[in-house]
Amino acid sequence: MKIHEYQGKELLKKFGVVVPRGVFCPSVDDAVKAAESLGGKVWVVKAQIHAGGRGKGGGVKVAKSLDEVRQYASQILGMQLVTHQTGPVGQQVRRLLIEEGADIRKEYYVAVLTDRATQKVAMMASSEGGMDIEEVAHKTPEKILKVFIDPLDGLSDEQATYLAKGIGVPDGSIDQAVNAFKGLYRCYMETDASLAEINPLILEGNGNIKALDAKFNFDSNSLYRQPEIMAFRDLDEEDPDEVEASKFDLSYISLDGNIGCLVNGAGLAMATMDTIKLFGAEPANFLDVGGGATTEKVTEAFQIMLRNPKVKGILVNIFGGIMRCDTIATGVVVAARTTHLSVPLVVRMKGTNEDIGKKILSESGLPIITADSMAEAATKIVAAVS
Amino acid sequence: MSILINKDTKIITQGITGKTGQFHTEKCQEYANGKNCFVAGVNPKKAGEKIFDIPIYASVKEAAAETGATVSVIYVPPPGAAAAIWEAVEADLDLVVCITEGIPVRDMLMVRNKMHRKEAAGGKKTLLLGPNCPGLITPDEVKIGIMPGHIHRKGRIGVVSRSGTLTYEAVGQLTEIGLGQSSAVGTGGDPINGLKHIDIMRLFNDDPDTDAVIMIGEIGGPDEADAAMWCKANMKKPIVGFIAGVTAPAGKRMGHAGALISGGADTADAKLAIMEECGFKITRDPSVMGKMIKAML
Repeated sequence: MKIHEYQGKELLKKFGVVVPRGVFCPSVDDAVKAAESLGGKVWVVKAQIHAGGRGKGGGVKVAKSLDEVRQYASQILGMQLVTHQTGPVGQQVRRLLIEEGADIRKEYYVAVLTDRATQKVAMMASSEGGMDIEEVAHKTPEKILKVFIDPLDGLSDEQATYLAKGIGVPDGSIDQAVNAFKGLYRCYMETDASLAEINPLILEGNGNIKALDAKFNFDSNSLYRQPEIMAFRDLDEEDPDEVEASKFDLSYISLDGNIGCLVNGAGLAMATMDTIKLFGAEPANFLDVGGGATTEKVTEAFQIMLRNPKVKGILVNIFGGIMRCDTIATGVVVAARTTHLSVPLVVRMKGTNEDIGKKILSESGLPIITADSMAEAATKIVAAVS
Repeated sequence: MSILINKDTKIITQGITGKTGQFHTEKCQEYANGKNCFVAGVNPKKAGEKIFDIPIYASVKEAAAETGATVSVIYVPPPGAAAAIWEAVEADLDLVVCITEGIPVRDMLMVRNKMHRKEAAGGKKTLLLGPNCPGLITPDEVKIGIMPGHIHRKGRIGVVSRSGTLTYEAVGQLTEIGLGQSSAVGTGGDPINGLKHIDIMRLFNDDPDTDAVIMIGEIGGPDEADAAMWCKANMKKPIVGFIAGVTAPAGKRMGHAGALISGGADTADAKLAIMEECGFKITRDPSVMGKMIKAML
């Protein structure tokens, strides 16, 4: 789960990382009032959406008067912000963050994530802040320093100092940088984050270190014990179909193709999508019905897939294990009837009670096309939609 | 022979009294020599009772001491699952199979580092399979986990995958064309786990009763590439490889928390390329994994 920058900064502040003074604003008037109350001569108007790359897309502006704050806030609030992470449609801006201006002398980068290979927590820092870190990693990998932290010990002073010195923080500001790194690490661990990134972390003219941005991602397995993080959830930033699917314990992700697919198991679901592509079409979604599918769940899955106007055909691929093929077949028949299915449907079933499942499908009187292998199923659905 | 487990393995079930634990314990007992293999359950509140004729003990240590069991399987719900793994490790078991899906990543990180530390200090090494995995099976001998037993057939092909249903797909294809399996292993869909592809490939390489292996992977993480590099230098048996997720977009979690493309080296195409370079016979059509293995024997 992702959160907004202003929420991330609240978290960082709680863990002792210094952030600019700022106010979250849902309206233009609030933005102007916020600027007034913050005082000073320079403010930053920042669009709050979950995607990165907001500055380049025109979602971050520096205002030098209250009139400019009003002007920029009006421009940004409600705009359809397009960045390299939003897709071509962009994301509507519904929230603003108004911050005091910062006197930036130098921009750094720092991030924490869990490293699968070493099974440690990795902290990465770079002197090249404010830029796309993937580009830095590609062009000048030597400018990214990493330390691997044993979670039983935590981030040591030595490791934090090594990073601060390594990225060129001046001597007088090392302690502040170390403090920021340690706060970031504790914040990452205690909130069950899966990614925490500050880009840029800045050195101000007076030598202070501040987090100018905050990007977080959280481990969805841990949200049950993080009520404070759950309260940050913004459903406006999520795909409504994915949200709806999650209510039924379905794992759904919409894609760009025209073949809807319903599969049990994440691995088999991806393999089914790949097979559709291999035989000449594109999948419209990833949908894992999981292990305990019921008629209601299958019907809901059909409804979610069919809400996508691009869907021209559906492929169901089930490997019956604990979940029996006859249960799924009954669900598919009910779902096809309830949704008045008008697009071609190919069903491939293997495993437990395969024969009973096939019988239920053929006796339903519905025009369901059956297939024996994944390749055959993909061939048939591709032929049916073209 | 087989890898990791056989008909003589003695197994403790942690979380045996929960709904999932009961359901699967009964299925595992019914399969092949399961009646003799599943010898103990653990639940401190129900110690002294029995379930399906299996005695329940207060702790893993006690269950192991009383029954001589060396393996445990865990169905404990996510909040307590990492602690259950640690209890089995502290009891010095050989292998722990954790089926539980949805364990907080931080909990896994902590328990894995405790395990590494115990080994580094000279303590007994306990292997962990999973979490969020289907388990493993040696056909006609014993199954530990949630896979459907009846699709398997005893034979000489090894199968390893992260995913449950994709493992069943490979097993189903093999059985259909008359090839059996020596063992089939699901390593699980979580980013922080125990045994990886490379470990299972090592075991299959050393197993005299495995002639060839189907290795199935997914997008995300370095595991398949690591295994491929090891196989290039060491593997003496033919391998068919498949990676799921060619069509998966970057930055989206495809059901499995581990199936998330993070860098660029962990896409399906990149992994398939490395596997091919390392001598695997790769396929982009998962329907032909069985046939391809047959052609290589």
